[in-house]
Amino acid sequence: MQKIIKSIIVLLFIFVLLVFYNSLYRETNYSTDYLVGNKLAKINLKSFDDNKIYTSEDFKKSRYTLINFWASWCAPCRVEHPYLMQLSKEKNLRILGVNFKDKKINASKFLNELGNPYYYMAKDTKGKQSVNFGIFGIPESILINNDTIVLKKFIGPLNEQNLNDIKKIINSL
Amino acid sequence: MLSNTGNFLLFINIFLSSLIIYNSYKCLKTKNNIIFKNIYQISLMQSTLVLICFFTLIAAFVVSDFSLITVYQNSHSLKPLFYKISGTWGNHEGSLLLWVIILTIFSFLFLILNKNHSKNYRLYTLIIQNLLILGFLFFIILNSNPFSSINPIPKEGLGLNPILQDPALAIHPPLLYIGFVGSSIYFSAAMASMISNYSGRLFAQSIKSWVLISWTFQTLGILVGSIWAYYELGWGGFWFWDPVENASLLPWFAMTALLHSLLVLEKRNTLYFWTIILCLLTFILSVTGTFLVRSGILNSVHTFANDPSRGIYILIFLSLMIFASIYFLFSKYRPTNDYINSNSKETFVLINNWFMMFYLITVLLGTLYPIFTDAISNNKISVGPPFYNSVIIPVVIAFLFFMAIGPQAKWIRNKFSNLKSILLILSGAIFINFAIVYFFKSYSLISNLILISSLFLIISSIFDIFKNNRLGLPRIISHLSFGFLILFIGLSHNFSVEKDFNLKLGEVKKIDDYEFALLDLKLSQETNYRAVVGKLEVNNSNTMKRRTLYPEIRIYDNPQTLTYEASIQTNFLGDHYLTMSNIDRSEYYNIKFQHKPLMIWIWVSVILLSFGGFLSLFKNAKNN
Repeated sequence: MQKIIKSIIVLLFIFVLLVFYNSLYRETNYSTDYLVGNKLAKINLKSFDDNKIYTSEDFKKSRYTLINFWASWCAPCRVEHPYLMQLSKEKNLRILGVNFKDKKINASKFLNELGNPYYYMAKDTKGKQSVNFGIFGIPESILINNDTIVLKKFIGPLNEQNLNDIKKIINSL
Repeated sequence: MLSNTGNFLLFINIFLSSLIIYNSYKCLKTKNNIIFKNIYQISLMQSTLVLICFFTLIAAFVVSDFSLITVYQNSHSLKPLFYKISGTWGNHEGSLLLWVIILTIFSFLFLILNKNHSKNYRLYTLIIQNLLILGFLFFIILNSNPFSSINPIPKEGLGLNPILQDPALAIHPPLLYIGFVGSSIYFSAAMASMISNYSGRLFAQSIKSWVLISWTFQTLGILVGSIWAYYELGWGGFWFWDPVENASLLPWFAMTALLHSLLVLEKRNTLYFWTIILCLLTFILSVTGTFLVRSGILNSVHTFANDPSRGIYILIFLSLMIFASIYFLFSKYRPTNDYINSNSKETFVLINNWFMMFYLITVLLGTLYPIFTDAISNNKISVGPPFYNSVIIPVVIAFLFFMAIGPQAKWIRNKFSNLKSILLILSGAIFINFAIVYFFKSYSLISNLILISSLFLIISSIFDIFKNNRLGLPRIISHLSFGFLILFIGLSHNFSVEKDFNLKLGEVKKIDDYEFALLDLKLSQETNYRAVVGKLEVNNSNTMKRRTLYPEIRIYDNPQTLTYEASIQTNFLGDHYLTMSNIDRSEYYNIKFQHKPLMIWIWVSVILLSFGGFLSLFKNAKNN
C-alpha cells in the first residue's frame, strides 16, 4: 500500500512539472496562433450607417480584406490611422473598419478629422461581435483573403513594419 | 568597470560556495564535534562579498551606468535617487541577486547562531544551503546576469515602469524575499535533519526562530504589496486573488501551519515527519511561485518579461529540489506511533494545520487550474474572486472559532471547564453584531457569521490577556489582530459606498447622499512626469461634511505611460478614495468614488499580526 502511495505522489509531481514545462512555450498573452490559417467562423456585422449586415459573401469581392477594430476613444488608434490611410490606396485590399464600443457621433468626428480609410464600415456597439474574431482590446487588425481565411493578425497599433508586411502579402501573387 | 567588478565578485562567490561545500564535507569526516574555523571565515567572506556585489549593482543604478543592460532597461538618469536605488531589485536580474544575498546571509547566520546543535546537522545544512546558492549563482551568470554589458553604451536608459515607482513597492520585494527566500534555510535544515538523523525537539528549536523571521517578513511583504495595490493601481481594492498575489500567499499558508506544528514537535516530540514535510513544502512553494512569476506563464502586473529559458532553468532547479526532497523523505520515513488525544492542544494545532492545508490547496488549485486546462485541453479559463470567496469565506467562520478555543486547551488531555465562559463570549459577540445591524444596516447571513466569529476571537483573546501569563502574549497579539483583520475587512466590505459617473469642469452632480463638483483642473510639472490635477469637492448631505480631493492623471515620458493616481483621504473612520480618468475626445472625466470604512485598521491589524511574530522571535531568542 505504501509503495502505491509513494508512486502516486511521484507521478503527481512528474505530471505537474510536465505541465509546467509544456506551459513555458505557450502564448499566454493574446494567442493568435489558432486564428491564423483558419477560416473566420461566421461573419455577421451591422453596418455603421444603415441596417445592412455584412457577411462572408461581402468579402469575396476583394482579394484581400483588412478588418480593423477601432474606436474614437482609443489613443493608439490615432497613431495607426496614417498607416490605414496609406493602405486604403492599395488596389488589392479593402479595409473593413469595425467601430468598437463607440458613439456614432464621436466616431464620425474622428473620421472627419483624420480621414476615412474604410471601404466598409461596421459597428460593434456592445463589443460582443468582436469576441468571435478573437479580439481582446483595440486596436487590432486581421488580414483575410477572399475565402475569409486569416492570413495575419496584428495586435496593437499598426506600424511601419506591419504596413510593409501587409503590402508584401497583398502584392504577391 | 562596474560590470567587470560585478562579474568578478559573482565568480569569487561561486568559488567560495564550492569551498564551503568542500570544507564542510572534509569536516564531516572528523570525529570531534568542532567545525573548522575556516568554514566560519569563508562563510563570513562569502556574505561580505555578495553584499559588495549587490552594492556594486546599486552604484551602477545610482550613477546611471547604462553600459549595463539591466540599468539601461530599468533606469533613467532623471529618475529620483530613491527609485534609482529601488530599481536595483525592481527587475528580474537584480532581484535574483537579492535572492542570493538572503540565501547567503541566512546560511552564515544559521551557522553561527546554532552553535549548541550537532556538528553534522549544521554542516549538512550548510552544504545544502550552499548547493542552493550555487544553483542561483549559476542561474545568474548563465542566464540572468545583472552585470551584462552593452556596447555601444546608450546615452539614456529606458526608465522604470511608473507603476513600480512607489515607496511601498520599493520595500515590498526585500520584505517578501526575506520571507520566502528565508524559508530556504529550514528547507536545508529539514534535509540535513533527515540525513544526519537529528530529529525531534532539538530540530524544532534550531529552526523555530528562522520560521518566525520568514513568517513575519512574509506577512509584512504581503501587507506592503496590498497597500501598493490599494494606493497605486487605482482599483480601490487591496487583494484581487491575482495569480501572483496567490504565489506569495501559498508559502505563507505553509509557514503558518509549520509555525504551529513546531509547537507540538517542541513540546511533545511528535509530528516530526509532518513538520519536515511543511519545511520542504514552504520553500518548494516559494520556488514554484518564482517559477510562475519569472517564466511568464502567468499574466499579471508582477510578471517579468516572458522568457522560457529562465523558466526552464527554474523548472530544472525546482524538479531537483522536489525529487531530492521526495527521495530523502521516502527513504527516511518511519511510521511513528504518535498518540494524540482528540481533546488536547495538539489536536487544535492539527486542526489549524488542516485549515491551512485546505486554504493552500484551494488557492493552489485556483492558481494552477487555468494553466492545466490550457495545457491539457487548450481551453482558456480564468479563476477569479468568486471562486476564492465562495470556497474560503465560509470556512473562515469555523477557523476563527477554533482559533479562539484552541489556545485555551491543555496539552495531552484537555477538559472543557471553561464552557460557560465560551458561551458568554459567544453571546457577547452575537450581541455586538446585532447592535451593529440595529444601529447601522443589515447585511447577509454569511457576513453576520463572519462578524460574529471574528468578534468571538477578539473577545476571547482580550480575556486571555487578562488571565494569561505574559508567556502567551505574542500568540494572543497575533490571534487578536487576525480577529480584528477579519472584522475590519468584513465591516469595510459591508459598509463601503461606490459611485461611478462622468463629470466635466464646473459641473455639479448629486448622487444619493453625495454631491460632487469638479472645481478645477491644473497642470503640474514634476521631475519625471507631468500631471493633470483635478480639484473635486465631495459633499455628504448626511454628515454635512465637505471634502476636497485631488486625483491626478500622470503622464510619464520614460517609458511613455499614462497612470491614474487615486486621491485618498484617510482618517480613523475610513477612506475617501477618488480616481479620475480622461475620456478621449470628450470634455468629461470618468470619476470613481469610494468610501471605504476602517481601511487603516486593516493595515494596522496586519502590522500587529506581524508584531506578534517579532515578539515571539525575541521571546524565543531570549529563551535560547
